[in-house]
Amino acid sequence: MHNFEFVKPSSVADAVAALANGEAQPLSGGQTLIPSMKARLNAPEVLVSLTGIAEMQGVSRDGGALEVGAATTHATVALEAASHFPGLAGLAGQIGDPAVRARGTIGGSIANNDPSACYPAAVLGTVATIVTDRREIAADDFFQGMFTTALDEGEFITKVRFPIPEASSYAKFLQPASRFALTGVFVAKYASGVRVAVTGASEDGVFRWAEAEAALSSNFDAEAVAGLSVPADGMISDLHGTSEYRAHLVRVMTQRAVRAAS
Amino acid sequence: MPKVMMKVNGAEAAADVEGRTLLSTYLRDLIGLTGTHVGCDTSQCGACVVLVDGQPVKSCTAFAADLEGAEVTTVEGMTNPDGSLGVIQKAFQDYHGLQCGFCTPGMVMSTAALLAENPKPSEEEIRHYLEGNICRCTGYQNIVRAVMAASGQDAGALAAE
Ligand SMILES: Cc1cc2nc3c(=O)[nH]c(=O)nc-3n(C[C@H](O)[C@H](O)[C@H](O)COP(=O)(O)OP(=O)(O)OC[C@H]3O[C@@H](n4cnc5c(N)ncnc54)[C@H](O)[C@@H]3O)c2cc1C
Ligand code: FES
Ligand code: FES
Repeated sequence: MHNFEFVKPSSVADAVAALANGEAQPLSGGQTLIPSMKARLNAPEVLVSLTGIAEMQGVSRDGGALEVGAATTHATVALEAASHFPGLAGLAGQIGDPAVRARGTIGGSIANNDPSACYPAAVLGTVATIVTDRREIAADDFFQGMFTTALDEGEFITKVRFPIPEASSYAKFLQPASRFALTGVFVAKYASGVRVAVTGASEDGVFRWAEAEAALSSNFDAEAVAGLSVPADGMISDLHGTSEYRAHLVRVMTQRAVRAAS
Repeated sequence: MPKVMMKVNGAEAAADVEGRTLLSTYLRDLIGLTGTHVGCDTSQCGACVVLVDGQPVKSCTAFAADLEGAEVTTVEGMTNPDGSLGVIQKAFQDYHGLQCGFCTPGMVMSTAALLAENPKPSEEEIRHYLEGNICRCTGYQNIVRAVMAASGQDAGALAAE
């Protein structure tokens, strides 16, 4: 790994200043960034750790919304979101393994936007708002294809605001070697309708399955999507599963999520 | 180079680090605690797991500079005060929970984290919790037995056999 200068600000304002240098990059849990730096896919000159900023930590309830600081670990979300938003806590508790959950953060996960990552499904599946050091971005505008987001150079996520659904669940079909999702579906039921977001399947990264949303909005029952399917075209195909297999999993995991929703 | 201080196995430790110095390097090369093993060095195998402020952490995937002031426990810190094997270590020995022993430091530390959170885990909970610790020798049966024994449970028959 190439060497770099390490800085650890204790406020968002100091982090903004540190990241204003074009050669600087944020570091959260490092569970993605450190391996990619070891492989020399990434070689920042300055790393700005966001884990020492108190205002970016923790889970808090604000009326009908749950706010999660961007530097909150998966383990903390699994624990602290459980009584407010069990669908989100359940998702966080299924990420990777205990050591990954003890370091990895929600901010790092959604900024990375890995096409097989779990959190993007919850964020897109709940009309969440991504709050950055400079603006608020709606989930529908945030994810822009594999490993691509609406974040500008030097911009970083400070928190994510989730409107708490009446019922929700994340159903993950585990790819046991990577521990990521071979296909995962997040379903959230609101008074205004149902959202269905799919990760791990599409070559464009996380996406909403509009047909299933319509069917489930009029009848929130796993049978309502039994006759639906997504085209295999554009689905990921690799040694773990063909595109047809993933397309099939999209419906199966949607049904499992609906059955488990609470 | 900045000096990074931590409390390792209850004792103050200090060493000069670069930005890129990993916690595993800090422990093994800078303060001489080579009980922590580096297997894959790519966050996959869990051989390098240590406790940081009570949480299991892959020491190959954390920068020492990010852990200033942390309390770290390594496998060396799992012995009894008189230097004899601690309860978890002894259970791994008694139940033959290792063959080559390469994965064992990580297994012991993940077990310590598990038992702190869940003192009487079921067989299924043990297997699930140790998902991030890969063993190429044992086939896991005796590791699960060792964890059952370390938590004071019957280590006899396993459901998965
Ligand atoms: C063995 C293993 C299994 C895993 N399994 C899963 C899984 O099942 N599901 C899953 O979803 N993920 C999984 N992951 C990934 C894990 O969740 C990572 O923690 C996560 O993807 C990245 O979060 P991080 O905090 O570690 O970010 P880092 O690695 O620190 O950063 C990742 C990227 O995001 C940028 N960044 C970090 N924080 C911010 C911020 N606040 N604002 C803007 N940019 C930022 C960094 O510059 C970097 O480019 C796994 C990882 C490993 C090693
Ligand atoms: S050496 Fe750290 S996970 Fe394998
Ligand atoms: S005992 Fe050899 S890898 Fe586990």
